[in-house]
Amino acid sequence: MARIAGIDLPREKRVEVALTYIFGIGRPTASKLLTVTRVNPDTRVKDLKDDDIQKLREQIEKNLKVEGDLRREISGAIKRLMDIGCYRGLRHRRNLPVRGQRTKTNARTRKGPKKTVAGKKKTKGPGVGK
Amino acid sequence: MSRSSKKGPFIADHLLVRIERMNAAREKRVIKTWARASTIVPAMVGHTIAVHDGRKHVPVYVQENMVGHKLGEFAPTRIFRGHGSGAAAASAEKVEVK
Repeated sequence: MARIAGIDLPREKRVEVALTYIFGIGRPTASKLLTVTRVNPDTRVKDLKDDDIQKLREQIEKNLKVEGDLRREISGAIKRLMDIGCYRGLRHRRNLPVRGQRTKTNARTRKGPKKTVAGKKKTKGPGVGK
Repeated sequence: MSRSSKKGPFIADHLLVRIERMNAAREKRVIKTWARASTIVPAMVGHTIAVHDGRKHVPVYVQENMVGHKLGEFAPTRIFRGHGSGAAAASAEKVEVK
């Protein structure tokens, strides 16, 4: 059983991919980890030797912030922005895009599903669909 | 793109001079400024700076964790009072005029 950073790695995948199931590790970090620990990225997780797993675990613990710690750091950074009342904090508070994107249209990731407003006039050209 | 680190942070000189003079004299007065682009430096912590928002000066009390941000980030230039029913919008406008 390959358990790293509190996460069970999928057994049938290549380690390089399996490592990305850990929050905070993507493909570049995964391949870097494997070069440092000299583990073949093509081995399947179920074929990993115990000391390889141990090496990976140590390497991650020493150098990286993953899973809960990383999530805490991120939400802490956002909370700081909201607490000091700067523009980015205000945007986070209202759940609107933070980095200056347009909000007349789009921005659906932050705003969520469309809410239809009664009596809103249709405009010509691109923009308001439906 | 972010600013070249070779140049260092932009700090409005006139503001820094006044802050330093106030630090030396150990006084605290509100400073009005239009320099929204100026970075907040540790010397400003504890002072209240009134930052122009295009219409009036918004008092900003500078805290320690604001260092590194720009003054303008704390004085929003737009006021959104919501869309919606005519009555609500009208009353909102009245407040705005005041």
